Amino acid sequence: MRREVPIVICFLAGFFFISDFFIPEPHWTQIAHRVNQWAIIVIAFAYVLGVGNIVRVNSQVIKRKERDWGYKILLLSGLVLMIILGIGFGIKEGTTFNWIFMNAMYPMQATMFSLLAFYIASAAFRAFRIRTWEAALLGVTAVLVMIGRVPVGEFLWRPFPDFIEWIMNVPQLAAKRAIMIGAALGAISTGLKVLVGLERTYMGGE
Amino acid sequence: MDLGTIIWNTVALFLTLCIFSFLYKDNPFYKFAEHLVVGVSAGYFAIILYFNGFIPKVWEPVTQKGEWWYLLPTILGMMTWARFSKKWSWISRFAIAFYMGIAVGVAIPLEMQQRVIKQLHATMLPVHFTNIQGVWNLLIMLGVLCGLIYFFFSMGHKGVVGGAARLGIWILMIGFGAGFGLTVMGRISLLADRITEIHNWYLMVTKALWGF
Repeated sequence: MRREVPIVICFLAGFFFISDFFIPEPHWTQIAHRVNQWAIIVIAFAYVLGVGNIVRVNSQVIKRKERDWGYKILLLSGLVLMIILGIGFGIKEGTTFNWIFMNAMYPMQATMFSLLAFYIASAAFRAFRIRTWEAALLGVTAVLVMIGRVPVGEFLWRPFPDFIEWIMNVPQLAAKRAIMIGAALGAISTGLKVLVGLERTYMGGE
Repeated sequence: MDLGTIIWNTVALFLTLCIFSFLYKDNPFYKFAEHLVVGVSAGYFAIILYFNGFIPKVWEPVTQKGEWWYLLPTILGMMTWARFSKKWSWISRFAIAFYMGIAVGVAIPLEMQQRVIKQLHATMLPVHFTNIQGVWNLLIMLGVLCGLIYFFFSMGHKGVVGGAARLGIWILMIGFGAGFGLTVMGRISLLADRITEIHNWYLMVTKALWGF
């Protein structure tokens, strides 16, 4: 009962939306649109689950005074502060909530991603060795694309940017399409397995 | 320039430098910024969902328009919270199954239409030898076909199929290489943006202090 009913719910919800695609009937589409809104509401409430989990895990670390417990207080303070500021004073431009986003959250996230400029290069240098023809193709293409995207590429060889455009528009495009089609077919088959109840890992538990 | 803007920009600069300090090694400044960004981000997205999800999709329809049926997904959503309890976690399966059903039901036709049929349609290009574009079109078609053959494991990669799969690997490697190169360049753009921000802060402070 605890496993079978969710499978039936999943199948009916999925089948309903697939049928909506093939039945262009206004009332049917209207119902589908409304139910789709329901899914957004469900996922919004599920986010509370994520926040609750952050609070639970970090509170335990603080309670047991484990390693870096002081930083966990900071983490929870940031979380609570943003919630209080958002609900209490709004999120429009000019509010403290917006200021914190613009001057704390955005710079920190952008800097974290920019750090990858160093680590992606050093990781590639350490892990990547050109031992095979395939590895050479990958490495040489990566280097060519990097050089071709900066002015020095054109300085070295005038038609360099055009050559990079060709790489992007012909072999890269073909590879991207093959991956996209392959991934989509894989996603569809996994989706069908979920609908008919062959794939049940999303339910978790025993 | 008002004092508030200078203070906020200085905060942004301090936090940027805290994150950059990780380039030296893991240190208290980096840990401070790391934990702050996690907490602030979690709070930020919770509030964004509250204002863009809960208020317009649940609170206003129920309290202002009397559309009580929006309470049903609210109850379903609250059922996900049962995951916190080992004893009652099975209740959350109903809500997750409902969401999974909708997500899969929407995704299957969409994936088929957008990522399979449209991509195949875009690959059906005119092949000719009157100009170079016709040859590139042939290369794109062959590249997609060979790439797909590489992903097809129901047949052994031997003989003609093996040769095509090998060509497929080469095409895929070029694609991965180009993707890697673009990712590195994207990160370098972000790095340049952060360095520009530091330089802008310096200009702003010198102008505020000494007027130039």
